[in-house]
Amino acid sequence: MPTTHDIDTGGKAPALEARGVSVFYGETHAVKGIDLAVPANKVVALVGPSGCGKSTLLRCFNRMNDLVTAARIEGTVGFRGKNLYDDDVDPVEVRRRIGMVFQKPNPFPKSIYDNIAFGPRINGFDGDLDALVEQSLRQAALWDEVNNRLNDSAYALSGGQQQRLCIARTLAVKPEVVLMDEPASALDPIATQRIEELIYELKKNYTIVIVTHNMQQAARISDYTAFLYMGELVEYGPTDTIFTNPREERTEEYVTGRFG
Amino acid sequence: MVPSAPDLSFRSGRNRNERIIGAILFLCAALSTLVTVGIVGVLLTQSFAFFRQVSVVEFLTSTQWTPLFQDKNFGILPLAAGSFLIAGGAAIIALPTGLLAAVYLSEYAAHRTRRILKPLLEILAGIPTVVYGYFALTFITPILRSIWPETDVFNAASGAIVVGVMIIPTVASLSEDALSAVPDTLRQGAYGLGATKLEVSTRVVIPGALSGILASFILAISRAIGETMAVTIAAGNLPNLTLNPMESIQTMTAYIVQASLGDTPQGSLAHQTLYAVGLTLFLITLSMNVVSQWILGRFREEYE
Repeated sequence: MPTTHDIDTGGKAPALEARGVSVFYGETHAVKGIDLAVPANKVVALVGPSGCGKSTLLRCFNRMNDLVTAARIEGTVGFRGKNLYDDDVDPVEVRRRIGMVFQKPNPFPKSIYDNIAFGPRINGFDGDLDALVEQSLRQAALWDEVNNRLNDSAYALSGGQQQRLCIARTLAVKPEVVLMDEPASALDPIATQRIEELIYELKKNYTIVIVTHNMQQAARISDYTAFLYMGELVEYGPTDTIFTNPREERTEEYVTGRFG
Repeated sequence: MVPSAPDLSFRSGRNRNERIIGAILFLCAALSTLVTVGIVGVLLTQSFAFFRQVSVVEFLTSTQWTPLFQDKNFGILPLAAGSFLIAGGAAIIALPTGLLAAVYLSEYAAHRTRRILKPLLEILAGIPTVVYGYFALTFITPILRSIWPETDVFNAASGAIVVGVMIIPTVASLSEDALSAVPDTLRQGAYGLGATKLEVSTRVVIPGALSGILASFILAISRAIGETMAVTIAAGNLPNLTLNPMESIQTMTAYIVQASLGDTPQGSLAHQTLYAVGLTLFLITLSMNVVSQWILGRFREEYE
């Protein structure tokens, strides 16, 4: 069994640490007892074939699975020493600190400005909202494209711009971790490249966990890669090792495209 | 050997059937259109005859409506006020209740609860309105009179309450459709930013479904204005220019019932009032439907 010891967190406490995490959807055992530590300010990629449980595992990190009535979760997820599944933890507070970007861009049917301002407003932000909106859009490398039309509908943007808007929207609530569920899978290659560059920039300030179908993408952007298969964590380690010298044969077959 | 060409000619019976079916379908579609045109035509010609004897100004400004009396007055205002009291009162009850019920069904109720509740709500819309009328007269009115003894036996409040209850399913069911049509990805996006269920409902889902919600409001109000049986039974038949809901009133629809049942001779001025009132009613509900269509089109949400 791979353990958290497979990766070197440089002596620092991991940003997120799953221990014995299992997820059941009714009778289906979607994630099977996974241990996985996410080092701070790194990019961790979760890869594996469709239905392997990588998106489900991702959603355990900010309790999005709570929204699925049939889902049941076992195990613990440590976040700076606190178990996110303790009884006294408010999932709303968890999601503010651990943000999420989804597979398809899902901007609200509001203006560009209001999309960014949504999170700060509901979280009682009382500072300079205009400045925060600008800063968030700059961080998401979108400011130069939209600064003269902040009041236009978010739907006037292209798919790639919408996805960067969603990233900006997530950054505006100042999360510590950003979870990304195949953020570029609905985008064309150029928009994808911009998202990848953005992820590279973001890891200076954020810890990022990204689910991806795209092996090249995982190899390009992540520091660590976890390979999941049928709900189990097959192998987890530095991305270089996973792609060039994996321990498990199944990992090698998958990352080289021989199955999956 | 030259292969023989395949037989691609029309198969006689089949082709003829297609044309007959097409003609029948066209007739059915044409029938409803023709009936509508016919009704509007009758309303217009009879009203025209009416307005040759009574000026539009008098019709719209006189404060008395006594076409069946010796001293005839033709002011639509008392009837319009009656209809307004009923529709306004019903809206105050039904719009918030219906919308909140829709939010509950769409956002809060467990899947099973919703599967049971929504059909029940729609059955409520199928109860004959005359039943609502008697319910108002025999149940709501006594309650109102025990609280405010000076309330008339036939009063606008009782009619408004029961019409309000009657149109709740319209608001709830159509609003729920609109709320459910908001894609789940938007809810997830909001939850992912640390929104509570209430914030997701009020700041993302309701704004996202606004056009459908407004359309349901307008449809429900136009139903309240057009409602006849329940208000005739509960609110009375006294054309009365008042905004006091505790008094007897007469709505436009109730007047039409009264005048149709009476012995006003065909072709008389009193008889023609039926069409003038009917035309007014038609124009009001038509314009509300037009506004509701416009809202639906103008504010149609594009989620992609």
